[in-house]
Amino acid sequence: MFQIRIHGRGGQGVVTAAELLSVAAFLEKKYAQAFPSFGSERMGAPVTAFCRISDKEIRLREPILEPNALIIQDKTLLGSSDVFNGIVDNGYVFINSPSKVENNLKNINLMCIDATGIALEHIGKPIPNAVLLGSFAALTGIIKIDSVIEAIKAKFSGVMGEKNIDAAVAAYEKTKIGGVV
Amino acid sequence: MLYQLEGSQAIARAIALCRPKVICAYPITPQTHIVEAAGELVRSGELSDCEYINVESEMAALSVAIGSEAAGVRSYTATSSQGLLYMMEAVYNTPGLELPVVMTLGNRAVGSPINIWNDHSDAMSARDAGWIMLFAETNQEAADLHIQAFKIGEQAKCPIMVCVDGFILTHAYDQVDIPSQQDVDEFLPPYNPHISLDVNNPMAIGTMVSPEYFMEVRYLAHRKQMDIVEIIQCTGESFKKKFGRDSGGLLHKYNVDDAETVVVAMGSMIGTIKDVVDELNDEGKKFGVLSLTCFRPFPAAALADSLKNAKKVIVIEKAFAPGIGGVLSREIELAMLGGNSEIISIVAGLGGRIITKPMLKECFLKKNNEKTTFLGLKEDTIAREYKPIKSCNYGGA
Repeated sequence: MFQIRIHGRGGQGVVTAAELLSVAAFLEKKYAQAFPSFGSERMGAPVTAFCRISDKEIRLREPILEPNALIIQDKTLLGSSDVFNGIVDNGYVFINSPSKVENNLKNINLMCIDATGIALEHIGKPIPNAVLLGSFAALTGIIKIDSVIEAIKAKFSGVMGEKNIDAAVAAYEKTKIGGVV
Repeated sequence: MLYQLEGSQAIARAIALCRPKVICAYPITPQTHIVEAAGELVRSGELSDCEYINVESEMAALSVAIGSEAAGVRSYTATSSQGLLYMMEAVYNTPGLELPVVMTLGNRAVGSPINIWNDHSDAMSARDAGWIMLFAETNQEAADLHIQAFKIGEQAKCPIMVCVDGFILTHAYDQVDIPSQQDVDEFLPPYNPHISLDVNNPMAIGTMVSPEYFMEVRYLAHRKQMDIVEIIQCTGESFKKKFGRDSGGLLHKYNVDDAETVVVAMGSMIGTIKDVVDELNDEGKKFGVLSLTCFRPFPAAALADSLKNAKKVIVIEKAFAPGIGGVLSREIELAMLGGNSEIISIVAGLGGRIITKPMLKECFLKKNNEKTTFLGLKEDTIAREYKPIKSCNYGGA
C-alpha cells in the first residue's frame, strides 16, 4: 500500500488533489481511498488530506500517520513542525517552492517545484494542486500522467480542465528532465 | 458499474435509483454533500418525477417527509447531530404513524461542547424512537443499505435510519459499485402505500389514544419491531442474491466462530479493527470481529448465538451515556445474560478522536481490563481538570 499525505491551505485544492489521486489510481484498476481531515473549512486555514493506493481492498480508516509521500502545497506550513511527521525512509516529499527548502530530513527524495508559478502561468490562478500531481506522477511512477489527465478531465470540464491539464503536464515534463530545484 | 466516488455522492445516487418522489432536507455538516448531490440529480433531471423541497429547518424537513409519505409517495430526508435533535418530536411521531420515511444520519457528535466530527451520540439519542436503525461499514454498504432501506421500511411500515459515519465515510472517496436502474427496479417494486390521505375519502391518522388503549398501541409497536428482525434478514439475503454483495442483514461475522475474543462494533471502524485482528491472528491469537449492522430492532438472539463461544467480548463504542457508560455494551450484556463471556466496553472515537491500529492492538491485548475504558484518554489532562465535588457541602440548612 502506498500512502500520500497532502498539506495545504483552504482554497488551494488540497482535498481535490487527494480525490484526483484516488481517481487516477482507480482508472488504473487499483484500489484507492481519499479523505480529508476537516475542521477548518476556511480560506487560508491549514487543511490536510490523505490518499491510499493499493492492489488490494483498503479497509483501514485511520489517518495516514506514516506516509510514503508528502505533498506540501504551501511552504508557509513548514514552520509547523508536524508536517513531516512519520515520513518513511526513502519517502518522497514534494514542496511547492521556487527555491530549495532547508531541512533536517534524512533518506528522503525531496522535490521542490514552483507549483504556484507554473499554476499562474498555465491556469492564471495560484492553485498548485494539479501541478504537484504532475510532479508526483513523474517522480514516483505510482500513477501515470495519463491517469492524472483523465482524472482532471472528469473533475473539471471545459477550459478550466484543459488549463489544469497543461499545468500538470508542464510539471510532469520539468520533473522528468530534472528541471526543478 | 464501478465508480470512484465520495460517499455522499454514492448515497445520493443510490437514493435516486430508488425513485423517491419527495426529497426534503436542511443542510448540516457532515450530511450536506448528500443533499446537495441529491438536489443536483433532481435539477439535472437524472432523477425525474421527484420534488426537491427546500425547508427552513430539520423539524420542517421531517415534517414534510411525514406529510408527503402520508399522501402516499416515497420520501427521503437526511440530517446529522443537532439536526436530528431539532426534529426529534417528528422523529418519534413517524413510527407511530407507520410511515416508511428513509433518512440518512451522517453521524456526528452532539454538543455541548460543539463539535462537527464523527461519533454515534446522535444515533443513540434516537435509539428509543421506534425507527429501524442500520449502520454502514463502508461506502459500498452505505449505498446498498439505502436501496434495502426502502424495501424494508415499506414492507415493515416503519421509518428507517441509515447511519453513515460523518466525514470518515461521507467525505471519503472509495470505489463503489452503483447498480443499474433496471436491477434496482427489479429489486424494489414501485411504492404501494398502505396509507394515502385523500381529500375525497377523508380519514385521520395520528389521532389521540386514551389510557384505555395507549399501552396496547405501544405493545403492538414493540411486537412489530421484533417481527422486523426477520424482514431485515430476508431483505439482506435477497439483496445478496440479486446484487452479489453481503450488505445488510443483522450482523456480519469475521473469524467469529472459533475466536476466543470477539470485538463488536458498528460502522466505519470495523475495517481498521479487521486489519488489527488479522495481524493478531497471524501471531497465533484467536480474535474475531462482529459488525453489528442492525442496531434497531436489536437482534439480541442472533447476537447471543454468534457470541456464545467467546470467552471475552470487547465492545468498541462511539457513544456513551454519562453516569452509566456505553450504550451498545449494556445492550449486549443484556442479550448475553446468563452466559459465561466476559464483556468489556471501550468508548472510542468521540467527537472525531482518531482510532488507530496501535491503539486498538494495545487495548485488545490488555489483561484485566476495567469494565469501561476510554481509548486514548489523555490522563494528564484529566488529572489537571478533574475537580471532585465534595458531597453534601452545598450549604443551606
